Amino acid sequence: METRELTCVVCPAGCKITVTLEDGKVTDVKGQTCPRGKTYAQNEVTHPVRTLTTTVLLENAAAGTKTLPVKTNKPLSKELLFAAMDELAGFAVKAPVTVGTVLLKDFMEPGVDLVACKTVH
Amino acid sequence: MHKKLIVIGGGPAGLAAAVSAVENGLSPEDICILERDSEPGGILNQCIHAGFGLHRFGEELTGPEYAGRYIEMAKAAGLTITVNAMVLSLTDDKKVTYVSPETGYVTCSADAVILAMGCRERTRGALNIPGSRPAGIFTAGTAQRYVNMEGYMPGKRVVILGSGDIGLIMARRMTLEGAKVLCVCELMPYSGGLARNIVQCLEDFDIPLYLSHTVTAIGGKDRVESVTVAQVDENRRPIPGTEVTYDCDTLLLSVGLIPENELTRGAGVAIDRMTNGAFVNQNRETEIDGIYACGNVLHVHDLVDFVSEEAAIAGRAAAEKILGKTAPAVHSVSVRTGFGVRYTIPERIDIPAEPAEEVRLFFRVTDIYKKVRLTITDGNGNVLVKKAKSAVAPGEMESLSLSVESLKALADAKCETITVALEEM
Ligand SMILES: Cc1cc2nc3c(=O)[nH]c(=O)nc-3n(C[C@H](O)[C@H](O)[C@H](O)COP(=O)(O)OP(=O)(O)OC[C@H]3O[C@@H](n4cnc5c(N)ncnc54)[C@H](O)[C@@H]3O)c2cc1C
Ligand code: SF4
Repeated sequence: METRELTCVVCPAGCKITVTLEDGKVTDVKGQTCPRGKTYAQNEVTHPVRTLTTTVLLENAAAGTKTLPVKTNKPLSKELLFAAMDELAGFAVKAPVTVGTVLLKDFMEPGVDLVACKTVH
Repeated sequence: MHKKLIVIGGGPAGLAAAVSAVENGLSPEDICILERDSEPGGILNQCIHAGFGLHRFGEELTGPEYAGRYIEMAKAAGLTITVNAMVLSLTDDKKVTYVSPETGYVTCSADAVILAMGCRERTRGALNIPGSRPAGIFTAGTAQRYVNMEGYMPGKRVVILGSGDIGLIMARRMTLEGAKVLCVCELMPYSGGLARNIVQCLEDFDIPLYLSHTVTAIGGKDRVESVTVAQVDENRRPIPGTEVTYDCDTLLLSVGLIPENELTRGAGVAIDRMTNGAFVNQNRETEIDGIYACGNVLHVHDLVDFVSEEAAIAGRAAAEKILGKTAPAVHSVSVRTGFGVRYTIPERIDIPAEPAEEVRLFFRVTDIYKKVRLTITDGNGNVLVKKAKSAVAPGEMESLSLSVESLKALADAKCETITVALEEM
């Protein structure tokens, strides 16, 4: 049996969670204040994931804005974060764009889309 | 020119205050929002990470998304936001002077003014780090603007001084963009940032956090070439012999925020030394009738959700005052800080003859304490409110509410002060 102490990063409350593992399988999760904490803890000890927020190049914006904030609509495998940044290095979007628009479907992983975080005219 | 209400600043505080004023009966044509930047949204435009809006919208948004929601709400309320309008002065009789490329130099009077100018970062000058003044030293917020809005990197090898949330967020951001963040050092024995940010911004990328450490020297003449970090003793003085020098080209400072109160001072509004913002009552009205303050200009908030909430209080109060719906106060109580409490908002409670709702007092503690009781006591030492907490920290805002009955009792007894304090159990 093995226990691991984690800090939940899903919301600013930052609950301290204790996970118990037996033969690599989660048998108990304690300390979370809400169900999202449990999901986080299970993922964290088996397959850690993180939401990526970054910017991409923006062309054609009326106010001369040069960057567009973007995010993955779901958390991405943590080990893919740097590969995702490389993937986006030359990627540019043309204004106008509306908040919530999917810019890249199945980005890096199936079911994870890259979406715009801002409306720019 | 005359407007019923002028809101100075189009960040989350200014937008929420204006929306609330409309919701409380003021016509949007009678409100003018003045914003010096080319777009509304304030500092949130550069805070591209997620973590905003869980309280307010029940979902985790990025800064630009949170700002976008309020910009949409302002539009839906019929409000217009005047951008590129820099307010230069405010007088105690509520005359606002601003300049903008479209209108030139304009003076506009108002029945009420809401101050929502936000805050700015402390700079190196306020910190006196020895060394020459090479290029490559930025506040974390300036670096955030460069990377996230202007689209360029301020450096490649980075040391960060200060472990507040902006510093932690920038450690991750610079790392993802290809820089090497060598370490984050923090003068205090604890981090001022959220635990989640220590995990997802530092531990995820193996960036070391050195508590009780500070920068003692900066090398380089034209550009930063090295930064020397040393451990400090309990009096926060560097301990000789503990110095470590890092080869780097950039030093980011994340050493705190200060409310931007030049206009406030210019109008003669009294400032609380502890918050660096105006003294206010529970409506967020300053000591000058009809001038209100909310958001980071009043005191530094960690969560924008609370900024919106506070701004809504100010917006409603200003609308009610303009529409003649404010019940006059029959008694005022000043709020004092007792053991373990650094400041409170509001600093004063104005009680009307028939108080209609409870008053929530927000405050910050002075240090990390475990197992405490938070209390409000009246002038005779009677405990009016108490709340037990397993832990409190300076980084997190606490609050206690005074009920309508307590307010009536304070007015009836002509009690002049109440005290917010902390007891260790
Ligand atoms: C660099 C930085 C990073 C931050 N990161 C986070 C974070 O990650 N998470 C978080 O919850 N909080 C963060 N904060 C705190 C954040 O500022 C607040 O949560 C919130 O944005 C404050 O809203 P506000 O409207 O009071 O101030 P602001 O957002 O600062 O808005 C003030 C507005 O007033 C305008 N203004 C100022 N003076 C004048 C004038 N004279 N005339 C006209 N307009 C004027 C400014 O241009 C600005 O748009 C950060 C703060 C800073 C400074
Ligand atoms: S367990 Fe729930 S409340 Fe606690 S930090 Fe995680 S998401 Fe937030």
